[in-house]
Amino acid sequence: MKITVEDVEHVAVLARLRLTDEEKAGYAIQLSAILEYFDKLSEVDTDHVAPMSHPIDLENVFRPDRAAESMPTETILANAPDQAEDCFRVPLVLDHDDAGPEAT
Amino acid sequence: MTGPVGRVTGGGMVLELHEYTAHELQDLLVAKQITAGEIIESVLQRIAQVDEQVQAYVTVVGDSARAQARAVDERIARNEELPPLAGLPVAIKDNICTQGVATTCSARMLQDHHVPVYDATVVAKLKAAGAILIGKTNLDEFAMGSSTENSAFFPTRNPWKLSHVPGGTSGGSAAAVSAGEAILALGSDTGGSIRQPASFCGVVGLKPTYGRVSRYGLVAYASSLDQIGPLTRDVTDCATLLGVISGHDPRDSTSVQAPVPNYRAALRADVHGLRIGKPAEYFGEGLSSEVRQAVEQAIEQLASWGAEIVDVSLPHTGYAIADFYILAMAEASSNLARYDGLKYGYRSGGDAGDLEDVVRRTRAEGFGDEVKRRIMLGTYALSAGYYDAYYDKAQRVRALIKQDYERAFAQCDVLVCPVSPFPAFAIGEKVHDPLQMYLADVYTVTANLAGIPALSIPCGLTAAGLPVGLQLKAPWFQEPRLLRVAYTFEQNTEHHHKTPPVEESRS
Repeated sequence: MKITVEDVEHVAVLARLRLTDEEKAGYAIQLSAILEYFDKLSEVDTDHVAPMSHPIDLENVFRPDRAAESMPTETILANAPDQAEDCFRVPLVLDHDDAGPEAT
Repeated sequence: MTGPVGRVTGGGMVLELHEYTAHELQDLLVAKQITAGEIIESVLQRIAQVDEQVQAYVTVVGDSARAQARAVDERIARNEELPPLAGLPVAIKDNICTQGVATTCSARMLQDHHVPVYDATVVAKLKAAGAILIGKTNLDEFAMGSSTENSAFFPTRNPWKLSHVPGGTSGGSAAAVSAGEAILALGSDTGGSIRQPASFCGVVGLKPTYGRVSRYGLVAYASSLDQIGPLTRDVTDCATLLGVISGHDPRDSTSVQAPVPNYRAALRADVHGLRIGKPAEYFGEGLSSEVRQAVEQAIEQLASWGAEIVDVSLPHTGYAIADFYILAMAEASSNLARYDGLKYGYRSGGDAGDLEDVVRRTRAEGFGDEVKRRIMLGTYALSAGYYDAYYDKAQRVRALIKQDYERAFAQCDVLVCPVSPFPAFAIGEKVHDPLQMYLADVYTVTANLAGIPALSIPCGLTAAGLPVGLQLKAPWFQEPRLLRVAYTFEQNTEHHHKTPPVEESRS
């Protein structure tokens, strides 16, 4: 599988990565080589084989829906890069124009 | 300490406490010949003496270790019954959460930004068993690599030859146990990350059956492959540590309900009547002659002690690396999506932008090259149009690899093979070719794909003085059988008594 710089850019958007031009060029070459190696799986006949997602048989696990003590807010926020008023503070998600009740 | 105690080596040298096994130290502790404080001081002194060269640790917690050792000594003074690992210093790979002690995954993403507010289940179990956390060990960033060179901080060095890698990704844990900087250690193994460094550093390393040990608190890389396990000086310590960390955990729904056997009871030096399978595909092209020789000799020895050697085949081995890396990278790209710089971890400070700008910049600055490469490949393999050709296909081939093992284990009780095609290599030798680095995991990844337990035990040294590991594999949940064969090998050989030169070996 030949990977172009455009392919790399597309995947980088999906992966939420910002890459430098140098990284893009490097990954295009490396990813092509690695994917070419991965393509050897196409030699294997798997028409009658079910996909295996897990090494052991998993069953749904149920437990009683019982309230238990949770961690205090300050503990949850202890590693937060930014916080305000007992909340995680994050960059703007909406433009100022569409935020707030007066805009709706 | 009142004077030298316990084991004296052949040359009449008295061993320092940091050179003993855990079970030897515990016997001395119970007999009140030594104190827990003396054990900790010996190990901390050793760290001060050699870690500048070895660089096994990301963090050492000397003060809290000393305080815990005092508490153990007070319990001994009161003649209280001691839990199974009382007073024994344990090193924890730095991708396993420790409450109040930074857990970095050797990643810039978590450096200075991640002090866990809870203990991983295995850490809670170790503490309940009386073990003393002495520090957190270096790894390839987010456990992605095979040499510990991908640590964002520094490479760890092999105590047997400081110019060489300790293996990876649990290279810090393996090097620490090998160099006397810890008595016991935990690592994690997604595709060989316990067994390969154990083999490179001449210690015992076990990847348990998938589901045997809780993964709660292990920073996730590839969740259907990851498993925590012990790195120790001998098989007895391996059995003890495995017993402490095993068992069902309500916080990990993939941990199994099966009862935990007494692994120490499995330690019988006897392989009479056991059928030991030798898979042809693991002795082919690419295996270095020195590793082949050491492993073949070990197999002859097992036969001479009464085991029956059976030739078996694992026909899909040639597809294992492609299969493993597709699945591991796909799972990684999904697991590592959580690092967005919002709730914990590094957040890019640069010029403000919207949420997506900050997330993309955070991940660009916080992840290293290999981690980005795997996220890119995994994202690609899961993306529209390629899912069937890569991810779905790999899941099907995984089922065939598991079937290979089911068929092999119908013919034999245990499998024996090399751990790595070659011994430890020089730092820098393989970092520039990622595919070549992946290919070296050929003998270890299949155990993770199938979910079976596998172990590495020292079986020789190369002419250059580098350790070689023997790999043993058993069917699902047959750790006792694995330990029995390993114990037999160890009790009849001298490999585990050899210790690395550390400071003299720099070249």
